[in-house]
Amino acid sequence: MNNEMELLFDARSTNEGLARVAVAAFVAHLNPTLEELSDIKTAVSEAVTNAIIHGYGNLQGYSRHGEVRPSAGDYFPGKVRLACKLADGVLDVTVEDQGKGIEDISKAMEPLYTTMPELDRSGMGFAFMEAFMDHLEVESSPGKGTRIHMRKKMTSGSWIPGEE
Amino acid sequence: MENFQVIDNCLMVKLPEEVDHYQAGYICQEADRFLMEENVCHVVFDFEDTVFMDSSGIGIIMGRYKKIACLGGKVYAINVGRQIRRILDLSGMSALVEVLA
Ligand SMILES: Nc1ncnc2c1ncn2[C@@H]1O[C@H](COP(=O)(O)OP(=O)(O)OP(=O)(O)O)[C@@H](O)[C@H]1O
Ligand SMILES: [Mg+2]
Repeated sequence: MNNEMELLFDARSTNEGLARVAVAAFVAHLNPTLEELSDIKTAVSEAVTNAIIHGYGNLQGYSRHGEVRPSAGDYFPGKVRLACKLADGVLDVTVEDQGKGIEDISKAMEPLYTTMPELDRSGMGFAFMEAFMDHLEVESSPGKGTRIHMRKKMTSGSWIPGEE
Repeated sequence: MENFQVIDNCLMVKLPEEVDHYQAGYICQEADRFLMEENVCHVVFDFEDTVFMDSSGIGIIMGRYKKIACLGGKVYAINVGRQIRRILDLSGMSALVEVLA
């Protein structure tokens, strides 16, 4: 079965969980292994978090159970687009923002490289996306935004006997 | 839900079910408050309840490690399941942190 979905949400930290759950539910009918599921959720979490905190500068993950830490800073309005496509057992995920963009993509993709070390970022986001998905493509232009495209072949396959 | 406890000179941090950017700020902030105010040398991160972690979790651990390692403190990760283990291995954290299943 081929299938597509698209989700557009505010660039707020609360929506990281929403994005993970949405993608997990999107592939659920393939009976993915726990490992596959956590690979996909981690990769999506990385791309979406990057869009929110780097793309739009919304740092208010500094919160607890819905409270916003006073020093969390302003909210910069912006949307993150998450698109998923399943065709022949291959999952395509696109995460897009219209934020500040990346000046030097290959530098940004180096493991441990981060522009926010003081905020406890580790610089492992792109490394995880690369490790957990089969294919990663980054397009970005400064001032315009960033588009991440990831692909993963689902080992569970595209067909479950008796399903269709 | 996360919680913090000081036992002897160890800070025990029970991590929440999902360790992501949304949760990370509060955890870092609270852990650092304990490191400053209490007589803490070592930090133990307990993953018992944790089913999901992304690079935000690596940031939490790495940041605390940098603060206490220079004073001879150690960082432990306990009750580490498979998914968390892979993340720790991939990021190289397993070399700095004592990881216990
Ligand atoms: N959507 C984006 N918009 C603008 N800059 C980005 C975006 N995604 C990544 N970057 C830049 O690339 C760098 C590396 O990203 P990466 O996810 O690998 O590390 P990080 O987000 O800094 O830390 P971590 O993901 O480990 O918490 C970021 O520090 C940031 O400067
Ligand atoms: Mg990141």
